[in-house]
Amino acid sequence: MIKSAPPAPAPALGARQPRPPVGQPPGSQPPLGSQPPGSRSPGRQPESEPGPDRPRRLKAANGPADRVFRYGAHASGLIVLAIMTLVGVFLAIRGAEAISQAGGRFLTEQDWEPNSGRFGIAAVMFGTIAVALIAIAVALPLALGTATYISEYAPTGVRSFLVGVVDLMAAIPSVVYGLWGMFWLEGRLLPVAEWISAHFGWIPIFKVDRFDPQDPLATPTVFTASACLAGLVVAMMVAPIACSVMREVFAQAPVGEREGALALGASKWGMIRSVVYPFGKGGIIGGTMLGLGRALGETIAVYMVISPIFVINWEILSTGTNSVSSLIALHYGEASNFELSALMAAGLALFAVTMAVNFGAGIIIQRSRSGESS
Amino acid sequence: MTLPPPPAPAQPGEARLSARPPMPTAPPAAHAQPGEARFSARPPMPTAPPPAHAQPGGVLARGGPPMPTAPTAGPAGAVARRPLNPERYPRTHLPGAEAARGPQPPETRRNLAKIRREDLLRVAGAASAAVAGAFWLFTQVAPGRGGLMFALTAYALFLVFFVALISLDEDRVAIWDRVAGVVIHSAAIVLLAALAVVVVFTLLRGSEAFKHLNFWTEDMSMAGPLTPLTLGGMAHGAIGTLIMIAFALAISIPLGLTCAIFLAEFPSPFARLVRTVVEAMTALPSIICGLFIYATYVLAFGLDKSAFAASLAITIMILPIIVRSADVVLRLVPATLKEASLSTGASRWRTIWHVVLPTAKSGLTTAIVLGTARGIGETSPVLLTAGYTTFFNFNPFSGPMVSLPFATFTLVKSSEPTQVARGFGAAAVLMAMVFGLFWAARKLGGKGAGVLSPRGQRRAAAASARDASRFASRALRQAVDDFEDAQQQPGPGPLPASPGGAR
Repeated sequence: MIKSAPPAPAPALGARQPRPPVGQPPGSQPPLGSQPPGSRSPGRQPESEPGPDRPRRLKAANGPADRVFRYGAHASGLIVLAIMTLVGVFLAIRGAEAISQAGGRFLTEQDWEPNSGRFGIAAVMFGTIAVALIAIAVALPLALGTATYISEYAPTGVRSFLVGVVDLMAAIPSVVYGLWGMFWLEGRLLPVAEWISAHFGWIPIFKVDRFDPQDPLATPTVFTASACLAGLVVAMMVAPIACSVMREVFAQAPVGEREGALALGASKWGMIRSVVYPFGKGGIIGGTMLGLGRALGETIAVYMVISPIFVINWEILSTGTNSVSSLIALHYGEASNFELSALMAAGLALFAVTMAVNFGAGIIIQRSRSGESS
Repeated sequence: MTLPPPPAPAQPGEARLSARPPMPTAPPAAHAQPGEARFSARPPMPTAPPPAHAQPGGVLARGGPPMPTAPTAGPAGAVARRPLNPERYPRTHLPGAEAARGPQPPETRRNLAKIRREDLLRVAGAASAAVAGAFWLFTQVAPGRGGLMFALTAYALFLVFFVALISLDEDRVAIWDRVAGVVIHSAAIVLLAALAVVVVFTLLRGSEAFKHLNFWTEDMSMAGPLTPLTLGGMAHGAIGTLIMIAFALAISIPLGLTCAIFLAEFPSPFARLVRTVVEAMTALPSIICGLFIYATYVLAFGLDKSAFAASLAITIMILPIIVRSADVVLRLVPATLKEASLSTGASRWRTIWHVVLPTAKSGLTTAIVLGTARGIGETSPVLLTAGYTTFFNFNPFSGPMVSLPFATFTLVKSSEPTQVARGFGAAAVLMAMVFGLFWAARKLGGKGAGVLSPRGQRRAAAASARDASRFASRALRQAVDDFEDAQQQPGPGPLPASPGGAR
């Protein structure tokens, strides 16, 4: 419980020789116990605080082994760059073929029939974003709560265990989450979806046209394989990712400010709200966006639980949604050359969205007060 | 040389400088307000630093100048006598320099968690009221909803009852505090419970299949959809997974680590470009990696779908992940270590091989293992590039090969319960593999650059102390020799023996 307080401001105190305590004969060496930590070596010059370590630019003659190493390292960087650029450029070239064919309708067309020239990503992109947004809407409070719990409320002994569990959850394969959604969650979600639709049907997105709550014979099967189900499954996958980013940031919130807030009479929640959350704001936003990027690109778990349709479906509780990656997984097999180009164009659009989200997350985390070290 | 006397009751001005006695705790404010006063009622912690300079080692070393006679007994004795707190162990042993202890440890957080009896009672009361209320609702008012609905209703009722209970005897600030605490606890419980459900559900459903021994040893060549679970297994999937990830790692570990070294050690505009591109590629959806390999390797080059194609797709997926996390770890290696190595005359690559990589070893291992876990579990690159088979196939370059996640994905689409059970079994085995990898990552890594385990720290300290005493005894021998030389020399006068100069 007793922690070691920060050392007293060393240079200011160390510069001055402390007076010998009362009772000591003058001239004798003051007892060591009464010396401030800063004045350990009285003979040393009181010099100014050295700055942080910075790599210096070093110039030296390189031996042959060193030169080989340098070239090798540069070559590997070049190879990685080449591979990554190749993937991007290949996607872009093949995708551009299909996009130039479809023109501006690529963004507005809902159907997917590349051979007849009518194809667009409106429906699949809508489905992808809808599923990702639902996932984030569920995952954000869960992740925020869990991260707060781990960094603020959990007993010290179980903290590292919980950190391990959450990180482990982020490593569970997506197919396992898909199984869970398909066999466990779907049946249990039906009554909830039914209830929401019956009582909150006046909110447009919760309305399900094909379901009449007054009809005693109404079947809940209209609620299967919905965007909501896919969103919940993806939420379970992305919550741990967002949570671990947030937790790391919360743990860095300065102890002095926390204790200052408590000393001013803040309650624990008041301290969290006025110190920890403002400090970790960058981490909260960045973690959420990282989760969003993962949710957008998720394939298998979504593909396992949805029933694909090629219409924009605003009713998130009713059957049928779609996503770009499911579209690719569904159609790649029997695709002609041009259809493959169309799939790549869809993939390119998805990649553009996820990349924008990830870069945004990175920038937000970097710029925040807590993110300088990460 | 003696331990300092306990600090006398000093003047107020000096009290700040000397090792403070613990502050006299304020008498608890008995008549304080119930809401806010909880914090003031807590006895203030004594925040005085533990008198670090009162340690035996520090006191010993401080008194004497670095005489050649002192260290023979000094360092070893000091190491042995130091308290066994591993955090206080210095890594290296500098004779005579013990006073400069290095930087103080950073501020540590105190655990302020406190469980109050009233809170527990309130939670218990609200919970029982909520369960009873939900039960009443579900049996009398609106019967026949699922278990999930019951839980949600009960939770909503719980919050309502809880707020009502607190508001009986607390003010607004305290209500917010308690409710926030309860909501945060329940978010954590929901997330952890969901994890438990995912894991336990998969293991339970999978145990039908993997409790049979043949599941671990056979492939599916003799087993159709209708054959019972005592025939056929998923060994071909496990083999396929291992082959694919082995090939993917064989490419991505050397390439990824060298690239990370390049990024961290040779900063240049080009390195920044590579880093930006790599960071962009971590956003690449996994299915697009598969689509790329499918369009080039399978369609454009006309090669078969094979395990090698799948491992190429997995490589493209995990390479940016490994490069990025390894780069972060390598940049954490202290510049002082590198400069120390370079200043001894080591070349660049020797510095990296002998200083940077060993220092960052645990972090690099974590980066690789987490990339591996990601690559093993991903279905979509394999879905497009490996093909599906029910046979053992040990040749990675020709013929389809299946991996565990892909087998799961295919099998659970069947309507036969035995196939679904096999799919769950494969998922359970896959999950066990990932857990094993993850456990290994936590075991090997999880420590910052250069941070040693307590045992490693003790070992390093002991080795350093051995070295120090060896140097010291050599210096002593040297000094004695010099002294004897000086004695034997019939000089004009007594030469000043200078043991310090001889060293």
